[in-house]
Amino acid sequence: MTTRIIFAGSGGQGIQFSGKQMAKTGMHMDKNVTFLPSYGPEMRGGTSNCTVVISDEDIGSPSVTTPDILVAMNLPSFEKFESKVAAGGTIFCDSTLVEKKSERDDIKAIYIPATGMANDNGLTGFANVIILGYMLKETGIFDYDEFKEFLLSGIPAAKTALIEKNAKALELGYNFKA
Amino acid sequence: MSKKVLMKGNEAIAEAAIASGCVHFFGYPITPQTEIAEYMAKRLPKVGGVCLQAESEVAAVNMLMGAVSTGTRAMTSSSSPGISLKSEGISYIAGCDLPCLVVNVQRGGPGLGGIQPSQQDYYQATRGVGHGDLRLIVVAPSSVQEMASLTAEALDLADTYRMPAMLLADGALGQMMEPVAFSAFPKRDLPEKSWATNGHGFKRKKNITNSLYIDPNVLEQTIIDRYAKYAEIEKNEVKYEEYMTDDADIVIVAFGITARICKSAVAEARRAGIKAGLLRPITLWPFPKAAISEVADHAKVLLSVEMSMGQMVDDVRLAVNGKRPVHFFGRTGGVIPSVEEVTAQIKALAENL
Repeated sequence: MTTRIIFAGSGGQGIQFSGKQMAKTGMHMDKNVTFLPSYGPEMRGGTSNCTVVISDEDIGSPSVTTPDILVAMNLPSFEKFESKVAAGGTIFCDSTLVEKKSERDDIKAIYIPATGMANDNGLTGFANVIILGYMLKETGIFDYDEFKEFLLSGIPAAKTALIEKNAKALELGYNFKA
Repeated sequence: MSKKVLMKGNEAIAEAAIASGCVHFFGYPITPQTEIAEYMAKRLPKVGGVCLQAESEVAAVNMLMGAVSTGTRAMTSSSSPGISLKSEGISYIAGCDLPCLVVNVQRGGPGLGGIQPSQQDYYQATRGVGHGDLRLIVVAPSSVQEMASLTAEALDLADTYRMPAMLLADGALGQMMEPVAFSAFPKRDLPEKSWATNGHGFKRKKNITNSLYIDPNVLEQTIIDRYAKYAEIEKNEVKYEEYMTDDADIVIVAFGITARICKSAVAEARRAGIKAGLLRPITLWPFPKAAISEVADHAKVLLSVEMSMGQMVDDVRLAVNGKRPVHFFGRTGGVIPSVEEVTAQIKALAENL
């Protein structure tokens, strides 16, 4: 099985972090993974995206034209990639920042007000992790507990506040009711 | 570091070079390869080495020449426009018979071009790095793991044959992350560097590194000797990978990141009942001429796929030598061909078999 994911949003939303975390977890679970970031001027603000491929087989292209999963965290990203999602695929959309809805009927579009949820719960900056939490539940791509353990173990033990916030955000996303 | 770690291709090059005893790095920043210098700047001082950001590419390559003259392992890296600037120095290093590693993480050209991945420097790497009759050993990785293993191999090849080796990658391979392990790179028995211009306490005759020969007969002989060495390399060091070529009617030839895309396209074509295969040159010089010629004995048609307007296709045609038609498909300027595009090319060829 092969899952191709595009994470897209604005610089600073943790787009690259989300992608890397998915790739690292995949590697941890003995899958083949590739992570391809956007690079260059995009790193200095503006749009940011990355492509992650997780597979049981050898991975050919690390760049993906038709992702199975799209995480769109701002309107330009939604508009750029929505039409490219493979039929049968899923879009996770931060509906606090993206007011548009998908008009496609061959994909599943999920609207989660992640940025709003983050702000309301003292988790500003963790909207990406909230989306990851819900994505785990919806797709079952990784086991929630394993993912959580691996996510938290990657944070230096001294940064207890960061560990707590990641854990809280992931849980908040996982328990979200669409 | 035998466990797998998730790393950028650029970082894997730097780590593998350090693990292989490369102690000096001279460079000048350019996207998309700057992580190599970044990594070197952090790590080299800790292993007693020097990472030096020069004032220009020209300065960096001449510092490299000085460093490798002393018999130490050293390297430089850049991306396309920077390699053009380093070309003069690489020619001098070749003329002095000095080993070194040059990494080119290609981006779109000509000129400043762009920063997205390309394979437009194939001619430059295999034909035109600097003036004069000269060759570089050119290796072309197609995964982050190979970014590491071929860095180690290129350093060994350079020392074995006392000449510059180039690792020809591209922006996608440099920037992408994949699991990579740093254990178990095969090591070669390397010759003693008796030619090194290092301190010896007047215990031997002085060594001189030089590429200037005023007498044309003397210069000619140095070149003839070097070409005898090149012939050895062509005999012994060709590397390539074949995928489903045995019964293939259509054989794609592709290297680097493009080869991965083509591998997926070949699998896709096979699912559609088309007998397609892939031959991936791992060494671009020496080029796998014999292997391609052999494939052309049973395949009906060949297709060179590159991220350029068609450069390696010339070498494929020379190897096939008119036995079969050789077609070309490419995207250029920083565009990565998609699996769908390459599959469509294979299907179009299959219709006309």
